[in-house]
Amino acid sequence: MAYNLKKEATKPERFVGGHRLCAGCGAGVAVRGVLRALEEGDRSCCGVATCCLEVSSFLYPFTAWQESFIHSAFENVAATVAGAEACYTAMKKKGKIKDTYKFIAFAGDGGTYDIGFQSLSGAIERGHDMVYVCYDNEAYMNTGIQRSSSTPKFAEVSTAPVGSILPGKMQRKKNLTEAIVAHDIPYAAQTTFMSNFKDLHEKAHKAIYTTGPAFLNVLAPCPRGWRYEPEDLMEICKLAVDTCVWPLYEVVEGEWRLTYEPKKKLPIEDYLKPQGRFSHMFAKGAEWMIEDAQKYIDKKWEQLLKKCK
Amino acid sequence: MAIRERLSGNEAVAMALKQIDLDVMAAYPITPSTEVPQYFSQFVADGKAGTEFVAVESEHSAMSACIAAVACGGRAATATSACGLALMWELLYVASGTRLPVTLAVINRSLSAPININNDHSDSMGARDSGWIQLYSENNQEAYDNQIMSIRIAEHKDVMLPVMVCQDGFITSHAIENIELLEDEAVTKFIGEYAPDWSLLAGNPVSVGPLDTPQFYFEHAYQRARAMAGSKKVILDVFKEFGELTGRKYELFEQYRMEDAERAIIILNSSAGTARCVCDELRDRGEKVGIIKLRVFRPFPMEELAEALSHVKAVAVMDKADSFSAIGGPVFTDVRSACYDLEKRPHLINYIYGLGGRDVRLEDIRLVYNALSEVVEAGKPGEIYRHVGVRGV
Repeated sequence: MAYNLKKEATKPERFVGGHRLCAGCGAGVAVRGVLRALEEGDRSCCGVATCCLEVSSFLYPFTAWQESFIHSAFENVAATVAGAEACYTAMKKKGKIKDTYKFIAFAGDGGTYDIGFQSLSGAIERGHDMVYVCYDNEAYMNTGIQRSSSTPKFAEVSTAPVGSILPGKMQRKKNLTEAIVAHDIPYAAQTTFMSNFKDLHEKAHKAIYTTGPAFLNVLAPCPRGWRYEPEDLMEICKLAVDTCVWPLYEVVEGEWRLTYEPKKKLPIEDYLKPQGRFSHMFAKGAEWMIEDAQKYIDKKWEQLLKKCK
Repeated sequence: MAIRERLSGNEAVAMALKQIDLDVMAAYPITPSTEVPQYFSQFVADGKAGTEFVAVESEHSAMSACIAAVACGGRAATATSACGLALMWELLYVASGTRLPVTLAVINRSLSAPININNDHSDSMGARDSGWIQLYSENNQEAYDNQIMSIRIAEHKDVMLPVMVCQDGFITSHAIENIELLEDEAVTKFIGEYAPDWSLLAGNPVSVGPLDTPQFYFEHAYQRARAMAGSKKVILDVFKEFGELTGRKYELFEQYRMEDAERAIIILNSSAGTARCVCDELRDRGEKVGIIKLRVFRPFPMEELAEALSHVKAVAVMDKADSFSAIGGPVFTDVRSACYDLEKRPHLINYIYGLGGRDVRLEDIRLVYNALSEVVEAGKPGEIYRHVGVRGV
C-alpha cells in the first residue's frame, strides 16, 4: 500500500511526548519515524547508547518508551542489542517466547562514529538480525557540543573553537555510511526528515524487515549545537539534501541507489548560512572556506553518482 | 549418580556452563581463560548446547551482551582474565547496578604492565568493589561446584546480583585433575528455571537502565548494598543444599586445623593446598598452626572471620595482589578491619606473594609461619606490610 503520512500519524505512538528533548531537536523525530515503520502486532526491543536521547527519555521513574527499552553505557549499544537478539533467538528456539520482536539500536554520532564504532562493526560482522540507527547531529551535544569525527570541516564546536589562528574543526567529516557499507551489510541507508517523512519511513521499514544487520544514518540536526531556530528543523534538513551535503541513498546487498536527486543542486552557502556554527565562514576574508567546502561536496557528490549508476 | 572424570579447571567450567544450559554465552579470547569459550563452542558446534554463542569483538562487548541477554530473561555468562576483566570494568558496575544475575568465570591472571600471562589475583581483587559476589576456588572441583551454585545465588530474589567465580590461571585452569560431575538432570533440577519479575521480552514493555537523578541514585545504591549484605544467608543456604546433593560441604571459608591454632594463615585459591601441606608438617611437630581458606570474599564474612580468629595469637593474611595503598593488600585490610571489635585482637601481618606467577613454594609458607612465631614471641607485629618470594627482600 502506498505511503500515507496521515495514516501513519494515526498509529499508536511507540515513543510518546513528555520527554525532555529540546524543541527543534531531530533525535525524537528520528525515533518516532523509525518506530512508526514497525508493523502492527510486532514488538520491538530498543537499545539506546548514553546520549541526549537516553537521558531525556528515561529519567527514573518516567519513560517515554512504549517499547521495551535498555540503556547500558555509551560505547556498547550495538553489543547490547546484539546480546538481546541472541537471547531472543535462543529462547525462541526453546519455545520460551511467542511474540515477534524486532531489535533496534539508537545512538548519536559520538556513540556511533567514535566510541561505539568497534561494537557496531563487530555486531554487523556477526550478522545479528538488528537495525542500528545513528541520529547524526555532528557533535557531542549531550556533553556540550564537542567535536566528533562526524563534525564537518569548519564547523565551530566547543573543542574546535574558532580562534585567531584556527577556523573551527580542521578535518573532514568521517564518511561512516560508506564504512558500514564496506562491511557487506545487507542494508544501509542515509536519510533525514523530508516533507512527508516518506524517505525515512520506507528506509526504516526496509531496515527493520531485512534479515540480518541493517544500518540507518539519519541526519538529525541540533538547534543548540548548529544554532538555528527550532522551527527551522525541517528546512535545515531539506537544505542539507538539496545542497548534496547529505545525499539520500541506500545500498541493498551492495547495490547503490540514489533515493532523491535535487532538481537543482543548491550552492552550499544556502545550507551553511542559517547555521550559527558556520557564521565565521561568511566573514570577510573567509571566502576560501566556502570554496573549499563547495569543492569537497561537489567531488563527493560526483563519486556517489558514479556508485549509484 | 556422580560422574567421575578428569578435567582441567577450564574444561570443568565449560562443562558446568553447558549443563546450566545458558541462553547466551558471549566471550572474547584471553589467556588463560580462552579454553572456556573454546570448549564451549565445541559443545555448540556438536549440537550439545542450546546456547547462542556470540564470539564478540571485545570483553567490553561480551559483558554488554550478557547484561542485555539477562535483561531479556535469559541466562548468560562469559569467561575472562586480567586485562579482559579490566576492559569489562564499566559494565561490571552496570550489571550489579541494574541488578542482573550475570555469571562470570574469572581465570585469575596478573594485570599489565608489564604484561604477564601468569597467575595472581590483581584482576578480580581490583573488581572487589563492583557489586559482584566473588567466589574463589582452590581446584577444578571447586570451580565447577561454584559455577553451578553461582546461578542459584545470583538469581535468588533477595540477591539479584552478578557473581564471579575465580580460579587460578594455569595452576588450576590448565592442570587436569580428577573431578566428580553432576549428571545433567541433577544440574537442571538444582538450578531450576530462571523466572525474573520482569524481562524485556515478556510481552509488557519495560524500560531498563534509567538516568537516576540525585533524588533516586542513592536509594538504588543502598538497595544494592543491602542485597550484597543479605546475600550471605542465601549463599549459605545454597551451599547447604548443594552439600546435601553432592556430599561436598562448603562454608564462607574453610577452617583447617584451626580448633586450637595459635598461628593462622589466611589464603585463597590454589595456594591453599601448598599451605595445607606445610600446616600438616608443622602440626606433626606439635606446632599449633592452622589455615583459613576464603571461599566468599564478597560479601566479606566479617563476623564469622572475627569469631574464627578470636582465639588466635597471630595471623598472616596472604594477598596475591597488591593494592598499592602502601598499607597492605585487599584481603589484609578487610581482615584487619574485621578483627577491630574483638576484645582480644590477634596480631596481624600481611604478605604479598606469588605476583605474576611467581612460584609459591613450601619454604615460602614455612617462612610465613616462622615470622608468625617471631610476632608471637615479640608480642607485637613489627612491619605489617611484607613480601615473600620476591628477590632482594
